[in-house]
Amino acid sequence: MPLDKPYLDIPGTTIFDAEQSRRGYWLNQFCMSLMKPAHRARFKANEHAYLDEWPMTEAQKQAVLARDLNAAIASGGNIYFLAKIGATDGKNFLQMAASMTGMSETEYREMMVSGGRSIEGNRVTGEDGDAQVHHQPQGSGTPGWEKGKR
Amino acid sequence: MARVTASVYTSHVPLIGVAIDLGKTEEPYWKPLFAGYEPSRRWLAANPPDVIFLVYNDHATAFSMEMIPTFAIGTGAAFQPADEGWGPRPVPEVVGHPQLAAHIAHSVIQDDFDLTIVNKMDVDHGLTVPLSLLCGQPRAWPCPVIPFLVNVLQYPVPSGRRCFQLGKAIRKAVESYDQPLDIQIWGTGGMSHQLQGPRAGLINKEWDNRFLDRLIDHPAALAQVPHVEYVREAGSEGIELVMWLIARGAMADAAGGAKPRIAHRFYHVPASNTAVGHLILEEQSKEQTR
Repeated sequence: MPLDKPYLDIPGTTIFDAEQSRRGYWLNQFCMSLMKPAHRARFKANEHAYLDEWPMTEAQKQAVLARDLNAAIASGGNIYFLAKIGATDGKNFLQMAASMTGMSETEYREMMVSGGRSIEGNRVTGEDGDAQVHHQPQGSGTPGWEKGKR
Repeated sequence: MARVTASVYTSHVPLIGVAIDLGKTEEPYWKPLFAGYEPSRRWLAANPPDVIFLVYNDHATAFSMEMIPTFAIGTGAAFQPADEGWGPRPVPEVVGHPQLAAHIAHSVIQDDFDLTIVNKMDVDHGLTVPLSLLCGQPRAWPCPVIPFLVNVLQYPVPSGRRCFQLGKAIRKAVESYDQPLDIQIWGTGGMSHQLQGPRAGLINKEWDNRFLDRLIDHPAALAQVPHVEYVREAGSEGIELVMWLIARGAMADAAGGAKPRIAHRFYHVPASNTAVGHLILEEQSKEQTR
């Protein structure tokens, strides 16, 4: 019997289930390694070399290098692990979240101060809300963000 | 004997901790939020517990992908604030209560909840931000704290129903502890928020407030709500709200006793990406409810 996954029709949302977790194991463990200052320093000194120490897929490495969190999540990353990359670059959760919407940090912050993203049209794929695939990207933001100081 | 005296519910947004640590609480962005917790700080000072049983989730801090316990109880003597990538928060160490924690673990496991026992771990913003919100910036936290962790990160996470039942088992455990201790149980996380993907920034005030209403008046029915409703309506990280049901299940009315009294209720949008909800429920005797 197939597993019940009633969450697959929620737009713009990836649920970190056992399947995603298996796919993203090394990506997330790489992120976890950035909890240690010495590892952060080595990563910043040479990102490619540090990433090559981990048995990650090429797509996962490219997602990290580009700070493309949507691509990282699609390849099994979990946001709380990926946040370690943001922390390494001095970014907070608001800046990281903005980077996944196509909005600039200012645009995203204004949306939050105005009460956040509306649920209307964003419950089920195929509706017409701003998180639906045909409305991406949502603003004038550039993908990813400026990396930390080398 | 020990007893549960109150339950406290609050969001645990990391940026709130940063605002406190950097002295930004009077800034226009933050002022309304901290004003909403002023009555709570007075309430806590007037109703000091002997122990806080604090339900929260680890955010890839103490637990990596190496192991992910569904329910874990901190039985250690002390827990240090974690370095979550920005350096540890400048807050006091968390003193545990190993005797009571071990007693609760023993009782709850015998009640068929398979807890993981944790003697050594660091605690992240999920635990320290609620303490900061209600205690301010003391040199030491006002009482021992028992950390209780719930996996809400990797699916499937425990159901609301299971969390509510667990709360009942925790109450039973507390009431069988042979020391006259006043215990508060805190449920943290939520309310609506989504930190990932093109739907990031989702806030659902209507659903959040209906959650608060249901938590107060119909917790057993609320406990039947499936995960997918939390995720669809309150965002992928809104699922943290199942943890509130553990604290709610520990109140007397869940075991056939008197309904609690609402000491404080507060709701605010936004803190960073998140809707902040807060509630304090005090135990009452049957006589008081008449």
